[in-house]
Amino acid sequence: MRRVFTALFGVAAYAGGAWAQPGDACISAEHSVHAQAGLPRVAAAVDESHQLSISVSGTASSVLPGPNGTGKAYPARLEAALSGRLPGVKVKVVNAAKQKQTAAEMAAEFDKLLAEEKPALIVWQTGTVDAIRGIDPDDFRSALNTGIDKLQAAGADVILMNMQYSPRTDSMIAADVYSENMQGIALEREISLFDRFAIMKEWNDEGTFDLYAATKNPETAERVHACIGELLAAFVVEGVDLARKPKEEVR
Amino acid sequence: MGNCALDQDTGSQTLPSPVRPRSSGGRRDLRLDLFRGIALWLIFLDHIPSNVVSWVTLRNYGFSDATEIFVFISGYTAAFVYGGAMRERGFIVAGARILRRAWQVYGAHIFLFVVYLAEIAYVTGSFDNPLYAEEMNILDFLKQPDTTLVQALLLKFKPANMDVLPLYIVLLVGFPPVLWLMLRRPTVALATSVMLYALCWRFDWNMPAYPNGQWLFNPFAWQLLFVFGAWCAVSGNRHIRSVVRSPATIVAAAVYLVFAFAITMTWYLPRLAHFVPRWLAEFMYPIDKTNLDMLRFAHFLALVVITVQFVPDDWPPLKWPLMRPVILCGQHSLEIFCLGVFLAFAGHFIFIEISDRVPMQVIVSMLGIGIMISVAWLLTWYKEMESRGAGSGPPKRPDADLAGGHV
Repeated sequence: MRRVFTALFGVAAYAGGAWAQPGDACISAEHSVHAQAGLPRVAAAVDESHQLSISVSGTASSVLPGPNGTGKAYPARLEAALSGRLPGVKVKVVNAAKQKQTAAEMAAEFDKLLAEEKPALIVWQTGTVDAIRGIDPDDFRSALNTGIDKLQAAGADVILMNMQYSPRTDSMIAADVYSENMQGIALEREISLFDRFAIMKEWNDEGTFDLYAATKNPETAERVHACIGELLAAFVVEGVDLARKPKEEVR
Repeated sequence: MGNCALDQDTGSQTLPSPVRPRSSGGRRDLRLDLFRGIALWLIFLDHIPSNVVSWVTLRNYGFSDATEIFVFISGYTAAFVYGGAMRERGFIVAGARILRRAWQVYGAHIFLFVVYLAEIAYVTGSFDNPLYAEEMNILDFLKQPDTTLVQALLLKFKPANMDVLPLYIVLLVGFPPVLWLMLRRPTVALATSVMLYALCWRFDWNMPAYPNGQWLFNPFAWQLLFVFGAWCAVSGNRHIRSVVRSPATIVAAAVYLVFAFAITMTWYLPRLAHFVPRWLAEFMYPIDKTNLDMLRFAHFLALVVITVQFVPDDWPPLKWPLMRPVILCGQHSLEIFCLGVFLAFAGHFIFIEISDRVPMQVIVSMLGIGIMISVAWLLTWYKEMESRGAGSGPPKRPDADLAGGHV
């Protein structure tokens, strides 16, 4: 069966493959990464105390499996990339990701997180678990609002990060409603949304990474996380720049 | 496709005047078939995940999408077909036919659910990428197959992209009394529908879903579009013709469509989002698909207003051979809808196993539409053959798939 398919579509597949430019092009997605809001608290930490503490609150897609998983996942990459981009600043990224947590469950733990780490910035990666469990979109929305309220009340900046683009399961997880809600909340609350879904989709479309591949080999996953960390660092720096500009220019 | 069977209603063909399409002599309004056919194609394209061809579909250029077209035309044709039956043979017979139709749709839905199970089991069984450990949790629901299957039979567990048919089932089950009222007091029926819509917004009414949450398409809200379609079929044409044709309406509709287009663009080009004033964003968002947001409904109405200006019911291209394929698809909506969902799964399978590059996406899209056309043609052929085979029996009456009359 598969052979017939391959014969039938082989030519087209080949032509398609020839378009792709695999390689180190992960930064090519940089143009789809734009900070929509400033990060005043981060800017202050960078300019004044030269110490930047960031917490990542997320789920399984913020870590990689395996013994070195945490070290190779994007939060650790973010720490390295930001240290490079902000010379003279001591950057610390705490990965507080836990498996299978909904947005509401994460928001409930923010008090503890804020008390322990006192981060200037929280990267809140969410949406996937809610989509898989089919949480009521209204509840998801109010969980996001509750969480953002808590973080902002504690004086922290917030970046929302949406789900991964997962072509194999795209038709099975109804993620649209959740990513739209995240986008809507980001607009309403004037905070930045790191559009991981769009970035990864672009990588897949461009052939930068083959996200369809069924492989136990962690190499692609590690490279994807490295690129996410890299882009996220650029995103944070852009937010810092926005915060430094006078307000009129930002608008 | 076993359960996506044809409606086998038989009976007399004459329709009483209010339920006649507005063109003279009971000629079928091919526009309904045309637009339902287009909606079916668009739904198919939208259901193929990450398909570049889906950029042509409606949802990328405004608030409403093919679902609105599908539900509206389904309401229109249901009133048209079963309204005739109800006037001639009474409430019981017409009601029974409507319920039989709902049963057929239910069978079609369960068939698609089984296809979905097969796909999800295959994908998760064959796929082991550390990047997507989290996404693989979608298989969790199979850990309790007893609960899951019962919840699916109760229409509470509905996997992604399988929400339209359950909506259609509920709308059909509730339709007999609505139609009864519609034939006597169309305006009262429409007002009741508007009231129900308002109440469901006010009190958050919706159907429960499994494992959490509520239906993606809230039947209490989406019935508005269905009943509005029915109202247009029964009496609406007379009432709103002058409104639809007035220049003020046309200008307002055009302005609204441009506005919706501009807003939609800001979703795809985040740089433009800054141009949306904060008060406007606060007023608009979220645009609630579950509860048929007024912005969506208004967008659909605006599309209708503009469309009927350019496409009168005697529009010459309706007769062109080139239009025949899409019209045929629109005439067998349930079968072609099921087929479309099935083909979207199959297309996804091809992406996984062979290639997901742009040329393949185009091939899969074209091939899928080609198969939909062929099957629609085959179904038409079957139907003609069967009605001929009936010989001296009474002529077949139109079924809910057809917008009226014979092919």
